[in-house]
Amino acid sequence: MTLRALVLRAAGTNTDGETVVACERAGFRTDLLHVNRLVERSDMFGSYQLLVVPGGFSYGDDLGSGRVLANELRLRLGDAIRDFIRAGRLVMGICNGFQALVKAGLLPDPLEGGRQRATLAPNESGHFEDRWVRLNAVSSRCVWVREGTVLETAVTHGEGRFVAPEMELDRLEANGQVVYRYVDPSGAEAGYPWNPNGSIRSIAGICDPTGRVLGLMPHPEKHLDFTHHPQWTRRGEREADGLAFFRSARAALT
Amino acid sequence: MLWRVDVSCRPEYGDAPSASALAAFREYPLPGVEKVATSTVYLLEGDLDAPRVAQEALADPISEMFRVMPASEPPPVPPGARVVTIFKKPGVMDPVEASALKAVADLGMTATAVRIGIRHLIYGGPDDGTLRAVAAKVLANEAVDEVTLGERAFDRIALGAPYRFRRIDVPLRDLDDAGLLSLSRARGLSLNGQEMKAIQDHYRRLDREPTDVELETLAQTWSEHCKHKTLTSDIRFDGSWIRNLLQSTVFRATQELAKPWCVSVFKDNAGIIEFDEHHDVCFKVETHNHPSAIDPYGGSNTGVGGVIRDVLGCGLGAKPVAGTDVFCVGLPDADEAALLPGTIHPRRMLRGVVAGVRDYGNRIGLPTLNGAVFFDERYTGNPLVFCGTVGLLPKGKAFKRTKAGDAVLLVGGRTGHDGIHGATFSSVELHEESEAASAGAVQIGNAIVEKKVIDTVLQARDQDLFDGITDCGAGGLSSAVGEMGAELGAEVDLEKVPVKYEGLSTAEIWISEAQERMVLSVPPECVERILEVFRAEDVEATVIGRFTSTRELVLRYQGHEVGRLDMEFLHRGLPREPRIATWAEPKSPNPRPPEKEDYAEDLKKLLASWNICSKEWIIRQYDHEVQGGSVIKPLHGVDNDGPSDAAVFRPVLSSWRALAVGCGMNPRYGDLDPYQMAANAIDEAFRNVVSVGGDPDRTALLDNFSWGNPEDPETLGALVRAAQACYDVATAYGLPFISGKDSLNNEYRAGGRTVRIPHSLLISALSVVPDARRCVSADLKEPGNYVWMIGQTRMELGGSHYALVNGMSGGKVPAVEPELGRRVIATVANVISLGLARSCHDLSEGGLAVAAAEMAFAGGLGMKMFLEQTPVRQLTGETALLFSESPSRFLIEVRERDFAAFEKATAGVPRGVVGQVTAEGRLSVVGRSRRKLLDVPIAELKAAWQRPLRW
Repeated sequence: MTLRALVLRAAGTNTDGETVVACERAGFRTDLLHVNRLVERSDMFGSYQLLVVPGGFSYGDDLGSGRVLANELRLRLGDAIRDFIRAGRLVMGICNGFQALVKAGLLPDPLEGGRQRATLAPNESGHFEDRWVRLNAVSSRCVWVREGTVLETAVTHGEGRFVAPEMELDRLEANGQVVYRYVDPSGAEAGYPWNPNGSIRSIAGICDPTGRVLGLMPHPEKHLDFTHHPQWTRRGEREADGLAFFRSARAALT
Repeated sequence: MLWRVDVSCRPEYGDAPSASALAAFREYPLPGVEKVATSTVYLLEGDLDAPRVAQEALADPISEMFRVMPASEPPPVPPGARVVTIFKKPGVMDPVEASALKAVADLGMTATAVRIGIRHLIYGGPDDGTLRAVAAKVLANEAVDEVTLGERAFDRIALGAPYRFRRIDVPLRDLDDAGLLSLSRARGLSLNGQEMKAIQDHYRRLDREPTDVELETLAQTWSEHCKHKTLTSDIRFDGSWIRNLLQSTVFRATQELAKPWCVSVFKDNAGIIEFDEHHDVCFKVETHNHPSAIDPYGGSNTGVGGVIRDVLGCGLGAKPVAGTDVFCVGLPDADEAALLPGTIHPRRMLRGVVAGVRDYGNRIGLPTLNGAVFFDERYTGNPLVFCGTVGLLPKGKAFKRTKAGDAVLLVGGRTGHDGIHGATFSSVELHEESEAASAGAVQIGNAIVEKKVIDTVLQARDQDLFDGITDCGAGGLSSAVGEMGAELGAEVDLEKVPVKYEGLSTAEIWISEAQERMVLSVPPECVERILEVFRAEDVEATVIGRFTSTRELVLRYQGHEVGRLDMEFLHRGLPREPRIATWAEPKSPNPRPPEKEDYAEDLKKLLASWNICSKEWIIRQYDHEVQGGSVIKPLHGVDNDGPSDAAVFRPVLSSWRALAVGCGMNPRYGDLDPYQMAANAIDEAFRNVVSVGGDPDRTALLDNFSWGNPEDPETLGALVRAAQACYDVATAYGLPFISGKDSLNNEYRAGGRTVRIPHSLLISALSVVPDARRCVSADLKEPGNYVWMIGQTRMELGGSHYALVNGMSGGKVPAVEPELGRRVIATVANVISLGLARSCHDLSEGGLAVAAAEMAFAGGLGMKMFLEQTPVRQLTGETALLFSESPSRFLIEVRERDFAAFEKATAGVPRGVVGQVTAEGRLSVVGRSRRKLLDVPIAELKAAWQRPLRW
C-alpha cells in the first residue's frame, strides 16, 4: 500500500529538505507543500496519511517561536487538521513544528477545545544551542514509539524549554502523554547539557491522548545515516535512530 | 489610535531577557545594579482590538504576561526603579515589525505601522548619567538605537513624508582640483582627484553637468569595494613594474593550473567548480568589516545575508548549503578605560558578531560549519568579519545569458534609507566619528525575507524563467543593474521600485543597499509566470525596467530623465593610478627560547591563549546540522567537544560524495614576513581539508586580503609580497584560486593616533571528499595505536604562539617548502584514502605539543610520546621541537595491524613514530635528549583549553 506524507512548509521553514528525505527513506511518497496552498485548498489533507510540520524559524519566530504559524494553523487549518487526526492519520511536529502545534493548541489536546496548555520557552542558557542529545522513550502512548527505546539526535533551537503548570504536567504524565525525556549516557535524567534547554521534568516530546500526534524538540531527521552521529568515526557503522523513528511511523500505519 | 503593549516573562517560568540584561551590567562591571526587569514594547498603530492582538499574537499565554495601554500614556515607574527604553532609530529595519504586521492581519485586523522596543526596569546602580551611558553601551548600540532614560510617550510612529520630485544637476565642469575634491568629500563619494577629473572631462565632452544620480552611480561603480582598483593597478615594486597585481599573481596561478574541473573563476559573484556529474558548487567569502566596527550585530548579520545573496546570484542561482565565518577582534580582557575613543570593547564586539551570524544563518537554515577567531589588540577599532557561503548548482546553470529586451525584475525586500553609501564607506578608513557619520551605512537583516527569496528564486530557476540574476549588494541597484547591463544597456523607472516609506529621492532609491534584494533579467514571455511564482509565497517582485542594446544606462522618475550614462565610461572610464610599493624584510635574530625542566605550564598557557582556546561557546550557537548533511562536525570526540581541522558535509543527501571546508590565517607571521604569512595560510587551509579526507587534486582556494591603507608604500609592499606567495605556493600545490575579495584601508584613527590592522590574509579551502565514509577526525581512538609524525620540524619560532605567550618577538617565521609540502600533504591524503589513518590532526598554532594535547583530550585518551624519531632539520633544543610551527606537518594515529602498510605508504616523506595511545588519561612526552619534558593529566589540559571562552 502506498502511504503518503505531507511536509508542510511556511516562510522560514528550513529543515524541510531533510524531513522529506526522512519520509521518503521510511517509505512514504512525500510532497512538500507551502502553507498558502493548504489554506487555499484544505481538502488536500485527505490524500495523506502523515502530516509533518518540520523545523525552522517560521516567520522568523519573531513574536515567539512558532507563534505566527500557530495562528495560521489554528485560525485557517485547525478544523482540517482535527479531521485529519480523527481519521486516524498521524501528525508529527518537529522543533519549530512542535512549537507551532503546542501554541496552536493542537498539542497536547487537539480535540479538546484547542486551548494552549503548555509552551516552549527560551532555553535556560539564553541562546540558541546545537548539540546532540539522548532521549528515552518513557511511554508507549504514541502509536509509533515503544517505551524503552532510545533516540540519539540533534537539538538545534533557542526556545525549547518545555514548561506548563504543574497540574498539567501531572496530567500529561499520568496519561502517558510524556513520550520522550532527555537523559544522560547512563539513561538517567540529568541537568545541562544532557537536558539542553532546562525543560521541566526533562520533557523533550509529548503526544496527544490518541497517540497519533507527536511533537518533540529534537530532530529525528538529523540522524538518518550512521555518518550523522557525532561519534561515528569512533564507533563505526550503526543503525541510525532517526531513520528508525520514521520507519516505525510508517509501520504504525500498516 | 496608537496602542502600546508591554510583554514580559512570568518569573516562575524563567526570565532570560532580564537575566541577560543584569549579566551585561555585571560584566561591564557597573556596581550597584541589583535587579533588572525587561519587557518588550510593541507600538501598534491602527484601528484594532489591541487586547486581542496582545493575547493571541504577542504574548505567550503560559509563560508571559502583558499590559495594554494607549502609547501616549506609558506605564508608571515603580518607586526605587529607573527605566531605560531602547527603540531602533526611525528607518532602521526591524524584522519583527513585518511579522507583527502579518500576525495582526492573520487575526483579521489591520495595523498601519508597528514599532518595537525594549524596556528595562533597573533597580539600584549609579547616577542617571552613568547608568544611561553604560546601558547605551551594554544593552544597545547608539549607531542604530535610540536610548532614553525614563519612559517615552508616543503619538505617531509612521515614517516618511511625500517626495516631491526634482532633477538635481551637480555643477562640476568649472571646478578646480580643490573644488572637485571637496565635492567628492561633501557628497561622500570617496573618489580621488584623478577620478573626479576624469568625470569632469567626460561631462565637459558631453557639454552638460552630471545629475546627482549619475554622479552617485559613478562613485558606487568606481569604489574600491566594487572595482578593486588598488589590487588591479600597476605597481612599482622593487625596481620593476607589476602589471595588474591580482592578474599577475592570484589569477595567473589559476590560469596556469588550468584545472578542467574549474567551471567559472573570478567572473561571477562566486567561483564555481565541479562537484559530481549532476552538480557544480560555488564558494565565496566576503568581508563586512566597517559596518561591523560600528554595529557588530547588524554588521555581521548583513555580512552573512550579503554573501548568501552572492551565492544565490551566482550563475543562474545556487542554493546556499554551508557557511563559514572568521572574525578578527581585539583582546577580550582589554581594559575598558584604555580603549581608543569610539571603539566597542572586544568582548561586546565578539558577542555582537557571533549573535549577528547566529541569528541570520540559523534563521535562514544555512549550516555554519567552519570558522576561526583571531585576537590581536590592533583589531579593536577595526575588527574583521569574514562571511562565506558554499552554494550548490545543478549542472548547466553556471552562466548567465541576459539579453536585450529582458525585463529588469527586482525581487525581495523593499528599498529604504538603510545602507546608503555602504560601498563608498567601506572604502575609507574608520575614525572616532564614523559611528555618527555613517550610521546610514549600517543595517539589520531580515533573514526570513531572504529565505523566501531563495525558496522562490530556486523554483523559478528550475522552471527556466529567467536569463540572469545578481544580488543587490554594495552600490545597490546602481551596481546590480549596471553590471548586468554592462554589455547591453538598461533603462529603469525608479518610481516603480517598492519603497519602505515615502520620501526617498531618486538617488537614494538607486544606491540604497537595503538588504534582501535580487535583480533578475526575465524574458518578456516569462514575466507573468515568474511573478506568479513569487506571489504564491508572498514575495514582492516588481518589473522596474528593461535591458536594451543601446549601451546606455537610462534612469527615469515618473517619465523625467534623471540619468543617462554611457556603459563604456561607467565600466571602463576609471583612470588607473600607478602605485608605489616597497618592502624591506625586517631582520631580527631568532628568539632563543630557554630550555626548561618541564613544559606543562607552557603547554597550558598556550592552550589557554585566545587564538588556540576552545571556541565551543561560539560554535554551539550556530546550527551546523540544518540541511542534514553533516559528516565531520566542527566539534567532535568522545565528549563532542574537541576541535576539528575542517568541517565535512554532504550537499546532496542521496550521495556519499561530500565537501570539506577549511581555512588558514596567521596575521602574526605577517608582522615579520607577509610572504610566508600567505604561504602558511595556504598550507594551513590545505592541511585542514586534507586532514579530514579532502581530495588534494580537487581543492580550490579563495583569497581575502584585509589590509591597511595602500597609499603607504610599505603597507602595499607587504600586500605585494603576500600576493606573490599566493602565486608561488598555489602553483606548486596545484590549488587554483576561484574567487576572492580585498578590503583595504582597515585602519582606525582616534585621538591623533592611527592603528593599522595586522596584514591579514584569509585563505579558505573547499575540497571534494570522494566518499564521506572515509573521513577521519582528530580525536585519538583506541589505546595501543601508534602515533606517527609526518613532515619536518625546523627551528621556526618567529611569530609563533609560543613566542606570543612568552613575550618573545622577532625571528624567522615558519617557511613553506613547496616541494616538500606538496609531497607530505599528498602522502597524508593517500594514507587516509587507504583507510590507514585512525585519526589525523595537522600541526598549527602551538606546534606539536598543542596538536598532541588536542588529539588526546578530544579522544579522552592518553598518549606516551617519545620524540627521538621526529624528523627534524637544523633544529636544536626541546623547546623548539615541542612548539615550532613549521608547516606541512601532521600527527596520524595508526592501528598496529596497519603499521607496516603505513610505513610503506609514507616511505617517500620525512616521518617517524612519535607515540602510542594509552588508556590512562595523561600526556607524557620524552624529548630527543631522552629526558621527560612533560607528564600531565589530559583533564588539566582540556580545562585550560576550555576556560577562556566559556562565556
